[in-house]
Amino acid sequence: MKNANNNQSRRSFLKVTSLTGGGMMIGFSWFANLIPNEAIAAATDKMDWVELTGFIKITPDNQVKIFNPNPEFGTNVMTSLPMMVNEELEADWSKVIVEMGDYDTPRFKSQFTGGSRAMAMAWKPLRTAGATARLLLMQAAANEWGVPISELTVSKGVVMHKASNKSANYGALATAAAKLPKPEKVELKKASEFTLLGTPQKNKVGKEIVGGESLFTLDYKMEGMLIAMVIHPPAFGMQLKSFDATEALKMPGIKAVFDFQVYKDGYVKAGFDTRAFNKLIAVVGNSTWEVMNARKKVVAQWEPIQDTKEMVMARGGKREEIIPAGLESTENHLRLMHEMQKKPTRVARKDGDPETAFKNATKVLERTYTAPFLAHNPMEPISCVAHITDEKAFFVAPIQIPEMMKQNIVSNLDIKPEQIEMKLARMGGGFGRRAYGHYIVEAGHISKRVKAPVKLIYTREDDLTNGIYRPTYIMTYKAAIDKDNNVTAIHVIGGGIPESPLHENRFPAGVFDNYLAESWDMPSNITIGAYRAPRSNFNASAEQSFLDELAETVGKDPLDFRIEMLKKAKANPVGKNNDYNADRFIAVLELLKEKSNWGSTASKNAKRGVSAYFCHASYAAHVVDVTMKNGQPYVEKVVTAMDCGFVVNPEGAKNMVEGAVVDGIGNALYGELILEKGATVQKNLNNYRIIRHREAPKKIDVHFVQNNIDPTGLGEPPFPPVFAAVANALYKATGKRLYNQPYLKELGKV
Amino acid sequence: MAKFQLKVNGKPLQVEADPSTPLLWVLRDHLNLVGTKFGCGVGACGACTVHLNGRAMRSCQLPVSAVGTQAVTTIEGIVSAEKEMHPVQKAWLELDVAQCGYCQTGQIMSAVALLKSNPNPTEAEIESAMTGNICRCGTYLRIKAAIQQAAKSSKK
Repeated sequence: MKNANNNQSRRSFLKVTSLTGGGMMIGFSWFANLIPNEAIAAATDKMDWVELTGFIKITPDNQVKIFNPNPEFGTNVMTSLPMMVNEELEADWSKVIVEMGDYDTPRFKSQFTGGSRAMAMAWKPLRTAGATARLLLMQAAANEWGVPISELTVSKGVVMHKASNKSANYGALATAAAKLPKPEKVELKKASEFTLLGTPQKNKVGKEIVGGESLFTLDYKMEGMLIAMVIHPPAFGMQLKSFDATEALKMPGIKAVFDFQVYKDGYVKAGFDTRAFNKLIAVVGNSTWEVMNARKKVVAQWEPIQDTKEMVMARGGKREEIIPAGLESTENHLRLMHEMQKKPTRVARKDGDPETAFKNATKVLERTYTAPFLAHNPMEPISCVAHITDEKAFFVAPIQIPEMMKQNIVSNLDIKPEQIEMKLARMGGGFGRRAYGHYIVEAGHISKRVKAPVKLIYTREDDLTNGIYRPTYIMTYKAAIDKDNNVTAIHVIGGGIPESPLHENRFPAGVFDNYLAESWDMPSNITIGAYRAPRSNFNASAEQSFLDELAETVGKDPLDFRIEMLKKAKANPVGKNNDYNADRFIAVLELLKEKSNWGSTASKNAKRGVSAYFCHASYAAHVVDVTMKNGQPYVEKVVTAMDCGFVVNPEGAKNMVEGAVVDGIGNALYGELILEKGATVQKNLNNYRIIRHREAPKKIDVHFVQNNIDPTGLGEPPFPPVFAAVANALYKATGKRLYNQPYLKELGKV
Repeated sequence: MAKFQLKVNGKPLQVEADPSTPLLWVLRDHLNLVGTKFGCGVGACGACTVHLNGRAMRSCQLPVSAVGTQAVTTIEGIVSAEKEMHPVQKAWLELDVAQCGYCQTGQIMSAVALLKSNPNPTEAEIESAMTGNICRCGTYLRIKAAIQQAAKSSKK
């Protein structure tokens, strides 16, 4: 991030370009002939593909810049999305400059990093933007040279007319091209014609990363900027009663200590407005260390909360959210979850007559699985820069969902939507944590109060103890088995605190004539949110561990058993809303079988586990090999098969899958956030265990199903099936089936 | 507040700070060398790794008053005099290691120090030297491969 003084607002930037720059800028405003932003916003709903274009900016001196619209937290959208534009634009990729777009969703339409959706959402619009720009540049050349556009060719940002031996680069044509009407029809290349997409391309921001350049919010500085930290209650279920800042204010470099309310009373929260505590103490000063020291001198009194109700307007409509009083604990959560599994619950799906099938069963296999709360722990602690003045609300924010923060910022900071100017800094990881931007509002309040630019910094302890966690879950699977070892019914009950993990239409729904899925949840004052493949990350572990044990119980090979079930679901699907494509699922498992040499003698002798899952529109399957290393089970090798449709950037895609596998192994073996008396036991990375170098596998072989289906994402899908693959391999290695995460703890190896 | 004469990336620099201020915050807040990252503040993640007289050190655990005349090198200081990237940085780019990128400067600093003291490390030695550096994105395999590649390239 450069200094704020150099950052002109998007609007003035546009104006300057159109007056003096020459050249061209492809994008929403440009096509709309620079109509005012308000009109653009009003027209957004009526626009066709143009509304979805990213930016292409070409200067007369032939610099080609492509703006990435989506916030970057490590999935490499800074490279893969501009690749889509340039496939059709056909500028010289090695010279294309890639820049992060600011928050301007009316222009970019989609600025959302989550749900593994970037590839699918950008696929057509960004290629269309590139193709449109190329056609305009070619038309400008055709007009200039008096030749038909059909006689022109383009290569690496140069338009050529072979017959007359004329050529011109994009920079020379851009000013004229910018004055032309947009083409009525834009044809996109077929996958077989791609020259950039589908080839391995290096990270466009690689040099800045390895050089340690200022890229992240924590690195951002502006003139007169102060450092701010907050103090939050020591436990969930507590709130601020009073505080004394006398000593803190005497500390060197300290400017202000005050309490503030994050959201107004009665504020109706949207889906991503989750925040742990509403009343915080701010400590503001000149430098980080001074603020950290002064913060320790604030003497605060805390009190228990009463049962509280807050209004939420999110998925499922407007509803009351109950925040119960009390100091919760992991021990209590586990007890409650096991009790709830035995009580009547909500039936989410029922096919056939499962009751009779269970009554007539020769054998019933019933197993219960649990998983603890998890903390995201992105490497860059939570932070936000804010500078609120009467004219403008300026932010540098690490946020996955900028547009969805707008209402929150407007309502709670009393700011007009058009006053918001937000730079979307590269995020030092997210995993879902940075979808919850309460820290943006907090930074805004503090800046308003001290009338200066501030950088709000959470320490690692702040983030771990004041988090938005992955919930704790439980799931019981039951299978009815007849005398011939056929599975005749499946019954699943899923619950969690405070959210159920159940996806009732996921595999193996659709396979068996008799199927019952039940769900429950229970309120809690522990704040939870999306964590890399929400719900799926636990679902997959329970389902795929159970199917493994079920295969063993009925005497079948676990991988073949899955394929057999999918073939059954394909030939004769039960029910209507089955949430998977059996053909693609089978193809992934067949590829895995081949690449892992499953069934060979060596494979049979190895301590191997298999698992497969479909979520977020992509299919993933793993075979995991476990050995023992220094008396500890060690995942030495992983073979992965994926189907995410067309693979946009194979090298980046491979890196994503490797990372998800490593993350899955770490969380399966070690991941755990324990609560005692309302507070997290783990408070920093010295006792919250994250997988490290020596615990990572020696090898991860990643294979993609080759097809030309429109691309889907990879950030989440490879993650959920890792857990059960590890559990199933650990069973082979230790003889012990594992039901409770983290598995190393259940094995007594911690 | 006290004044300290530091030698950072070969340059003598003067800073005024509380003696207990960790070198990390002196680098980031006072000297604007932001390539050294804050990750945990307790020496458990390695994001803040710098070199002190060529040896890897967690700068969040080192008060500025303890630095004295020892040479401090940060990620900004490992390029050559001609501004050419360090072979370890080049290997990082060749193997396209980074995802979010936040931890990578600390990883690189640990790797550079390792190769300085042990130009030809075994896999186990790499794992051991690097295990204090967490990568939450899980790029460990690529980091290891990049260190092996850098070791190979400097033998040529």
